[in-house]
Amino acid sequence: MSDFTHPIIGWLIAIVTILSILFCFWLIFANNIKKVEGEIKPTGHVWDEDLEEFDNPLPRWWYYMFLFTLVFGVIYLALYPGLGAYKGLFGWTQINQYEKESATYDAKYSQLYSAYAATPIQELAKNTDAMKSGERIFASYCTVCHGSDARGGIGFPNLTDDNWLWGGSPEQIKTSIMTGRTANMPARGGLPLTDDEVENVAEYVMSLAGRDVDKTASELGKQVYGKICLACHLPTGTGNQALGAANLTDSVWLYGSARSAIIETIKNGRVGVMPAHGDFLGEDKVHLLSAYVYSLSH
Amino acid sequence: MNSAQTYNYDVVRKFAVMSVVWGIVGMLVGVIIAFLLVFPDMLEGIPYLSFGRLRPLHTNAVIFAFGGSALFATSYYIVQRTCHTPLFAPKLAAFTFWGWQLVIVLAAITLPLGFTSSKEYAELEWPIDILITIVWVSYAIVFFGTIMMRKVKHIYVANWFFGAYIITIAMLHIVNNLEIPITWTKSYSIYSGVQDAMIQWWYGHNAVGFFLTAAFLGMMYYFIPKQVGRPVYSYRLSVVHFWALVFTYIWAGPHHLMYTALPDWTQSLGMVLSLILLAPSWGGMINGIMTLSGAWEKLRDDPILKFLVVSVSFYGMSTFEGPMMAIKTVNALSHYTDWTIGHVHSGALGWVGMVSMGSLYYLIPRLYNTTMYSMKLINIHFWTATIGVVLYITSMWISGIMQGLMWRAVNSDGTLTYSFVESVQAMHPFYFVRGVGGAVFLFGMLIMAYNVYKTIAQGKAYNAPVVAPAH
Repeated sequence: MSDFTHPIIGWLIAIVTILSILFCFWLIFANNIKKVEGEIKPTGHVWDEDLEEFDNPLPRWWYYMFLFTLVFGVIYLALYPGLGAYKGLFGWTQINQYEKESATYDAKYSQLYSAYAATPIQELAKNTDAMKSGERIFASYCTVCHGSDARGGIGFPNLTDDNWLWGGSPEQIKTSIMTGRTANMPARGGLPLTDDEVENVAEYVMSLAGRDVDKTASELGKQVYGKICLACHLPTGTGNQALGAANLTDSVWLYGSARSAIIETIKNGRVGVMPAHGDFLGEDKVHLLSAYVYSLSH
Repeated sequence: MNSAQTYNYDVVRKFAVMSVVWGIVGMLVGVIIAFLLVFPDMLEGIPYLSFGRLRPLHTNAVIFAFGGSALFATSYYIVQRTCHTPLFAPKLAAFTFWGWQLVIVLAAITLPLGFTSSKEYAELEWPIDILITIVWVSYAIVFFGTIMMRKVKHIYVANWFFGAYIITIAMLHIVNNLEIPITWTKSYSIYSGVQDAMIQWWYGHNAVGFFLTAAFLGMMYYFIPKQVGRPVYSYRLSVVHFWALVFTYIWAGPHHLMYTALPDWTQSLGMVLSLILLAPSWGGMINGIMTLSGAWEKLRDDPILKFLVVSVSFYGMSTFEGPMMAIKTVNALSHYTDWTIGHVHSGALGWVGMVSMGSLYYLIPRLYNTTMYSMKLINIHFWTATIGVVLYITSMWISGIMQGLMWRAVNSDGTLTYSFVESVQAMHPFYFVRGVGGAVFLFGMLIMAYNVYKTIAQGKAYNAPVVAPAH
């Protein structure tokens, strides 16, 4: 249906628009009688026993209001794009309006953020003013997933503890925000594991965190773990921050700590996505935001 | 003149009564979803009663079931009486009643079940769309057939508006609902991307323009002069504003898509023609209110007239607000906020609701050859409805403008002053007031139902004899 925006359609509509506006002009000019001498009488048409019509002239204020909107319309269409491919005398487009407003914004504030960006993250995290700005940026962009208190939720990491999937160093935090992260836990480790094997692995994973488990199942699960899971989660179960593979030996369970939740994770897999923010926030603001996130746990 | 010939009031009666019934249903669903926004866990997450499914049920029920039935009733009544002839094709007229009710019942079943084509005010799936088309074409045949059979030369102004509405709604409905069926319950629009959005709002805004404005102006043009007992203020004005209205309304759709992927020129066009629409819209208001000139005292003690005149005032207010909101700069603030919801309801409750109520109060006793059971209850209903509307629209204005201002508030460091959730929190009390306003309005509708029931009980179904033309 892309032919909808073919230039010919635009011109066709422009012609119809002009004709419509001319028609409106004609309508009010043709019916513009000023005053009627003497008493105004009904037109003489009668419907349904007593329905009649007077023929009062158009109220003056109304007539001029109509005329004003029509003239305004014509002037507007001369100044702004509105008639086919005609660009309008102002050369306005919504894109250049956006660019202008962005430029004004940048001119006003970019200095502040570039100054912050020149300060190392650990140091910036101690700057109260900077952290106030960081908190507001966090409130606008991060709270939807990580929560107003930054404590996250099911599937969304808590940013206030010292537990990091992709690393908690200033640089690692900044990379996570700049380019985003995608963690991929394949369903059944990417192999055709049976449901029994999945449940056994779950038992073993729970044992890694020091939880009470069924010993026999855990032993069986350990064998499966040793073949598959260790590739990302390491033989010790401590995970791998380079891949975003979770540490299984602690008490943090991103997708729920219940046995059933762990089984679900192994059975169906998980894809954890942190979207990239560098493109639209710019590196300076991401730097400040990284400092704020860093400050939450330091 | 055959004195035994009577008007066909049968179909008018059926539609009039169902209008009251569907009004209660539609507004009840509205009140439920209003409170769902205040107490999100109110319905325990039952999927059939979730906001996303009940909201289209509410809009479809109030617009097409309540408003639609009121329009069928009044247009059938008016066209017969002003053409001095019974309805053309009475069996087809009866079919439009049963067909329309079937559409409504199907909507009430399929929407909560989650079947939707996802187009606002056009959510119903393709088999129902086809049924609507058949009913609508039948409606057109009955209406225009009656016009052709008329015994007077001139066509009364109310019928111009009804005619424009019937033709335009047919066009809008068919073009917007062109879709490819995948199963019996699922189809996809043939348009994609921004073209789909533009067609949708061309339809959406003209559903407002022709269904909720032009057609109800038809209602106004009959019942106000009848109730006042005075001639319409200006024939000339009705000619000018009718043609200007139908010419410009059809262009207003793009103002729903300001600052989107819609090409700049289309947006400008939508804005300009929405502004030009102000005067043609107000022409109807002037003709309605000025018809009272010389009989203002009647407003004091005639509650039916109060309904009609206050409805026209709300009409004037909404049709001023609409063009203002279409201005790009204003729209940048108002778009996506509750202001839009407030605007729609000042038109829907204040104009459409109240003009229908006034008209039905005039109409129903005449269909049962009696008088309204209680004028006092009509008066109470009038005040209930007015208080309901005022609570509703003022809360949404405040909430909407507050939202818009909160979203754009910027601190001295260039960061946003409020996070989104803070604006949601700030809206909470206003959502409650809105819910209360809606509930008060609904309560008025229940008073009306009781009054109508008592009226029907004391009267007897009656078909008035056809009146001979005046000359």
